[in-house]
Amino acid sequence: MTTTSTVDRRSFLRVTAIAGGGILLGSYFKILEPAEALAETGAAGEFAPNAYIRMTPDGLVTIIAKNPELGQGVKTMLPMIIADELDVEWKNVRIEQAPLDTTKFQAQSAGGSTATPTNWLPMRRVGAAARAMLVAAAAQTLGVAEDELTTEAGVVKHAKSNRSVAFTKLLDKAATLTPPALDTVKLKDPKEFRIIGSRVPGVDNHAIVTGTPLYGIDVAVPGMLYAVFQKCPVFAGKVVSANLDEIKAQPGVRQAFVVDGGTQLTGLLSGVAILADTWWLAENARRKLQVKWDEGATAEQSSTGFAAKAAELWTQPPHRTLRNDGDGGAAVQGAAKVVKAEYSYPFIAHATLEPQNCTARFADGKLELWAPTQQPAGGRRLVSQTLNIPEDQITVHLTRTGGGFGRRLNNDYMVEAAAIAKQAGVPVKLLWSREDDVTHDFYRPGGFHSFTGAVDASGKVIAWRDHFVTFGEGQSFAPSAQISPSEFPAHFIPNFTLDVSLIPLGVPTGFLRAPGSNALAFVMQSFIDELAHAAGKDPLQFRLDLLASESSTAPTLAGEPASRPGGPQPGGFDASRARGVLEVLRDRSGWGKTSLPAGTGMGVAFHFSHRGYFAEVVQATVSKAGEVKVDKVWVVGDIGSQIINPSNAENQAQGAVLDGIAETLGQEITIENGRAVQQNFNTFPLLRMRQAPPVDVHFHVTTSSPTGLGEPALPPAVPALCNAIFAATGKRVRGLPLSKQDLKWT
Amino acid sequence: MAITFKVNGQSHTVDVAPEMPLLWVLRDVLDLKGTKFGCGISQCGACTVHLNGTPIRSCQRRASTLNGAEITTVEGLAPDGSHALQRAWEELDVPQCGYCQAGQLMSAAALLARNPNPSDEQIDAAMNGNICRCATYLRIRQAIHRAAELTASDNHSNKSGASR
Ligand code: FES
Ligand code: FES
Repeated sequence: MTTTSTVDRRSFLRVTAIAGGGILLGSYFKILEPAEALAETGAAGEFAPNAYIRMTPDGLVTIIAKNPELGQGVKTMLPMIIADELDVEWKNVRIEQAPLDTTKFQAQSAGGSTATPTNWLPMRRVGAAARAMLVAAAAQTLGVAEDELTTEAGVVKHAKSNRSVAFTKLLDKAATLTPPALDTVKLKDPKEFRIIGSRVPGVDNHAIVTGTPLYGIDVAVPGMLYAVFQKCPVFAGKVVSANLDEIKAQPGVRQAFVVDGGTQLTGLLSGVAILADTWWLAENARRKLQVKWDEGATAEQSSTGFAAKAAELWTQPPHRTLRNDGDGGAAVQGAAKVVKAEYSYPFIAHATLEPQNCTARFADGKLELWAPTQQPAGGRRLVSQTLNIPEDQITVHLTRTGGGFGRRLNNDYMVEAAAIAKQAGVPVKLLWSREDDVTHDFYRPGGFHSFTGAVDASGKVIAWRDHFVTFGEGQSFAPSAQISPSEFPAHFIPNFTLDVSLIPLGVPTGFLRAPGSNALAFVMQSFIDELAHAAGKDPLQFRLDLLASESSTAPTLAGEPASRPGGPQPGGFDASRARGVLEVLRDRSGWGKTSLPAGTGMGVAFHFSHRGYFAEVVQATVSKAGEVKVDKVWVVGDIGSQIINPSNAENQAQGAVLDGIAETLGQEITIENGRAVQQNFNTFPLLRMRQAPPVDVHFHVTTSSPTGLGEPALPPAVPALCNAIFAATGKRVRGLPLSKQDLKWT
Repeated sequence: MAITFKVNGQSHTVDVAPEMPLLWVLRDVLDLKGTKFGCGISQCGACTVHLNGTPIRSCQRRASTLNGAEITTVEGLAPDGSHALQRAWEELDVPQCGYCQAGQLMSAAALLARNPNPSDEQIDAAMNGNICRCATYLRIRQAIHRAAELTASDNHSNKSGASR
């Protein structure tokens, strides 16, 4: 958000004419003196008013896509916003992927569903500013006032005199004009959007269906060798020795060497690199590799050990109390019903379908990287710091990425490729095997929650305590293992305690699509379901009632400010929007109106994350033998006033829901002897077509500013499915994945 | 060992290790990057190509078995993207990351070649070996039906064209 306001206040436009005719409208986000902000003129014919737009006399409009594309649709979506405000026809737009250039483009990352909320206004302004310059040029050409002119599909019109002039005829003149300050440009009335809100297919679709090279794995650099990199199965273990001579003698192998690494799990780790003429020859040679490892201090860790430790910690006072509203003890004493339950969820992997890879070329002190990454600037920094190469000597090309889901926010493969190329003295394409990928992920951390909840005689929740055992040490949580003291239902229950205890961890953890939420929604919305049943209430109505019971609260022990009812909570949560999606969902899903056979049930859940409100109903059938089939999912989401690209929005929401279902059905990474047990898709199952139910997606349009969609549809799918299983069988799911639970019923 | 086979109608002779999987011959020797690597153990289908018209997992097929074979990859489906499946994929905006889609298209093309109008169940059965990590399954299913329609109407207009 700081990014947005910086852009709004300090950016100026600069026009650069481009060789070959046309102009480039660039917004430069540094603070410029007014004189410097003046337009630059250059080669004739082209209008390039900022870093994002280039218009040429042939009518083509090239728009730069600044962020990495991983399947979230941003390479299509951000240019759509620019093109609509510029008022050109989409069919004349060509998209170019920008390289990493944080001077021109500032933030160029993909994560946290942030692209829409942080770019919505800035990208509109970039397009509108260029349009304003074309209008100004037309006013001069036609000798009329600017405010008598309108634009439509690449043409400026003067209704009074019935004259019009095409943008293509105005480029030279526009290139001589002073660009307006971005925060003063007039934006379209949303009613006039013609591209925004229409179903625009992904800009790379044609290349994808014809097999055109697009991805990191497809990059080829002259003279490059293919590399595999073997790390210690125990995270951050070190190479003591390896049979390098034998490896070098394998067919096609050109080099084999040890790469030194540190102990920082996100950085360069020790391992053996094997370089060969093709990737398979390197991989084949790896089969003969024998390494003596120093496995380090965490080789004793295991999933069963973590579970035993959690059970022990639950019997002890918590390490920290993050929130303690009211007097839970007294409330439990006077309650009509008290429910206690222990929940857990496993580590899980990202398993992007394109395995991690990076191509690197190092020569004359300069490094060039082709990286499928979500966070290119972070990768460049990591490489720079690890290998002592100044950042300005590192070029990063952004490739299309075969899935991200948060995995590629970490750039371990980038620093590995760079280190190997530097050491080898030749360009290198590093490609991980699937086994490398599953056993060296930054996993969604597992976790353990011990709940006590109490309802009064009227069925209202009066007390809630969660003792969350998670990972970390001292004051710090392991990455993605934390919890906010505002996490729902905080603020909605008068006596509310959130306790935390930590287990030290030697396993890398990180962000997985809807981080935190993908696990917390499961436990919170499942335990709320338990309380609804204890209270004898309809689970959907029970949630609406809970959302109506917002209370003001004192500042928390974790330092969160006090809150008032009726406004967004410190976490940004607005209960009325959550109620809104639940109410629409009740109608769309036929909740409470459908009579279902034994073994079939509907479950409901909602969750707020990444500024989005999603409520979902899952209908599932459980066979007597305990096999789960998801029959249908209904999704209602509130991500604000505008769905920018409905085609992609539906695809994302369906994908996120099915992703949540895949996690619930069968995904688990088990840690044994300090390492991941699962290695490939035979033991870490991804969803298959037969398991994919129909997913009905509805966007509930509200007046709020548009927000992102990569993540927030995922979290409710997990508890909605588990709650459906309870409705179908009477069996409460308190651990995941479902494949490990006994769901037989009679 | 030297192996001579056809890829997308063009004859190639390559000198590779006999155990080298077809996937890597295509990608790293013939520089055809359309066919993708996902798992290497026949689990994901990203590497699906046609061998004499039958869909196979190219990560499992050794080079030594390929003499005289005719391979079709996604690059050969219709290089201009005019195959009904490619058109349907674009029309319905199927891809998210797109990485699995070459394999999905090749499995779907083999299905439609033997069954021009498959049911949902037949689609699921034919496509179950192809993982889409982004879970675009609902659109894949829809696009296969759409391609079946497009093929039927292409055939119809070809026929009516011929009868004139
Ligand atoms: S790479 Fe061949 S099936 Fe996955
Ligand atoms: S579109 Fe990403 S794996 Fe299928």
